[in-house]
Amino acid sequence: MKLLFERSRSGRTESLLPPCDVPLVEFDAGSLRAAPPRLPEISEVDLGRHYTELAKQTHGVNDGFYPLGSCTMKYNPRVNEEMAALPGFTDIHPLQPTGTVQGCLEVLAKTETMLCEITGMDGMTLQPAAGAHGEYTGLLLIRRYHQSRGDTARTKIIVPDSAHGTNPASAVMAGFTVVSVPSNAEGGVDLDALRAAVGPDTAGLMLTNPNTLGLFDPNILEITRIVHEAGGLCYYDGANLNAIMGHVRPGDMGFDCVHVNLHKTFSTPHGGGGPGSGPVGCKAFLADFLPAPRVDCKDGQYRLYTPARSLGRVRTFQGNFLVVVRALTYLLTLGKQGIPEASAGAVLNANYLMHKLAGAYQMAYDTPCMHEFVMTLEPLKAETGVSAMDVAKRMLDFGIHPPTMYFPLIVHEALMVEPTETESPETLDEAAEIFLRILDEAKADGASLHSAPRDCPIGRPDEVRAARTPVLRYEFGVAQ
Amino acid sequence: MSNIPEELKYTKSHEWVKEEDGVITVGLTDYAQSALGDIVFINLPEEGDDVTAGQAFSDVESVKAVSDVFSPVTGKVAAINEELLDNPALVNEDPYEAWLIKVEEVSDTEELMDAAAYGQVCAAEEA
Repeated sequence: MKLLFERSRSGRTESLLPPCDVPLVEFDAGSLRAAPPRLPEISEVDLGRHYTELAKQTHGVNDGFYPLGSCTMKYNPRVNEEMAALPGFTDIHPLQPTGTVQGCLEVLAKTETMLCEITGMDGMTLQPAAGAHGEYTGLLLIRRYHQSRGDTARTKIIVPDSAHGTNPASAVMAGFTVVSVPSNAEGGVDLDALRAAVGPDTAGLMLTNPNTLGLFDPNILEITRIVHEAGGLCYYDGANLNAIMGHVRPGDMGFDCVHVNLHKTFSTPHGGGGPGSGPVGCKAFLADFLPAPRVDCKDGQYRLYTPARSLGRVRTFQGNFLVVVRALTYLLTLGKQGIPEASAGAVLNANYLMHKLAGAYQMAYDTPCMHEFVMTLEPLKAETGVSAMDVAKRMLDFGIHPPTMYFPLIVHEALMVEPTETESPETLDEAAEIFLRILDEAKADGASLHSAPRDCPIGRPDEVRAARTPVLRYEFGVAQ
Repeated sequence: MSNIPEELKYTKSHEWVKEEDGVITVGLTDYAQSALGDIVFINLPEEGDDVTAGQAFSDVESVKAVSDVFSPVTGKVAAINEELLDNPALVNEDPYEAWLIKVEEVSDTEELMDAAAYGQVCAAEEA
């Protein structure tokens, strides 16, 4: 399809800008660009068609089943959008006096209170713009805590080998060294290896529970105790909170701080439709370090304030505010009864689909799962030459987004499937049939799957060439 | 079955090691490159950098994942294979020719395996 730059014609415009009704401000010459930016010039109808064409080539939650493991691609209810579009939330400015945006501050305060209740934390910041940003913020809290006690030798963060890649990356970004601990035969943390890894240099542990194998670690209390006794803190990666919300609280498992992903667990758009939001909660003893400003309520008036030993801002203004509005809508819609029902449904759906596939596909761990399960296609690849990648790509032909591939790294030829609670039994039955049909295809004619997808707008892209020689910039004058 | 030359030494984390006149050459094994798949990017240290036995000195990115490469020895980087920076595919094509770094002033060495022992490690991981 044509790029916007190729559709551009000089002088064509959308004419959407109203006349200027404020005084013009002249910039000094030093602040101006030497040449105007070469932005595409395009009419509204052509612009609309361009994005509609792009949308037709993609797959979103509104197009079909999207079991992308560890991403919790649940349905985003329309009522969230309706609330986020209210003029009281959209026609405001973050620098308005707080007395004129009391409703918006109430949204922030209410969301914080409810997320603290779900996670078992005492205080929270809604600033972080995504999960990894939340991890980074949480690690800064841990860093500040040790520094405030003069305990500067604590430089190491322990991360299990099944962790999300963002965990070690965030730890390094926050100035720590990463120590990896292996998993045991059941997929949980190897306690002996953890005991051997902790010491006076341990700053903390980063863990998601259930872990990336979709398994709840039964030793969780022992794990957090080992870290605490060594003087470290425990960080909960909320990536998999959808499995347990309303049932178990990270705070009760012994975690000191957490992040949650509003764009996963709390039904706000995830992916291209973002932006994300990764609030960070903590126990009371860390709350003074939280980013500023925070919100509180005094004499019926909401106000912004800076915590005593705040680590400063991690994001402009209040983070992605309208994402928070959507998440609060979800929380209020489901309520105390609906939140635990949602996670129970997520676990039931994952086990239902796993059970339907277990006879044909090999599961990485032969136990009931939480909200997602991991299969290994290593036997299939050895038998037929068909890889996890081939099966994933073939699913696109049937209108299903592929599961997560090649993750977690400790499972070879992994496919990680997370149906979420918002899918019906009919959708799961249909998906199971397609999984099984692809398995038959692999056994009958494995070679044919190497070129899948066959019926999509785009066939199998050359991912190796794309990564080795990426073309990231439009070359003016070449393609026109 | 992957190629494991008899004359080299190996680590559990799938690096091969060759010693010549006190200089250690390190690369990725055939098993490692095959498990990683098509390698699209390799990060290498600079000449003169220190490396520590058991610690990562490089990362390789394939279409599947980014993985650390661990140093089998403690010492100083004497040379890096700059060709790999432009053409990381060389590791897939000929892993025992496409060395990553050479290390001198070696003070400490991880426990290394011979080809037979390393072959068993690979067989165990495939099981």
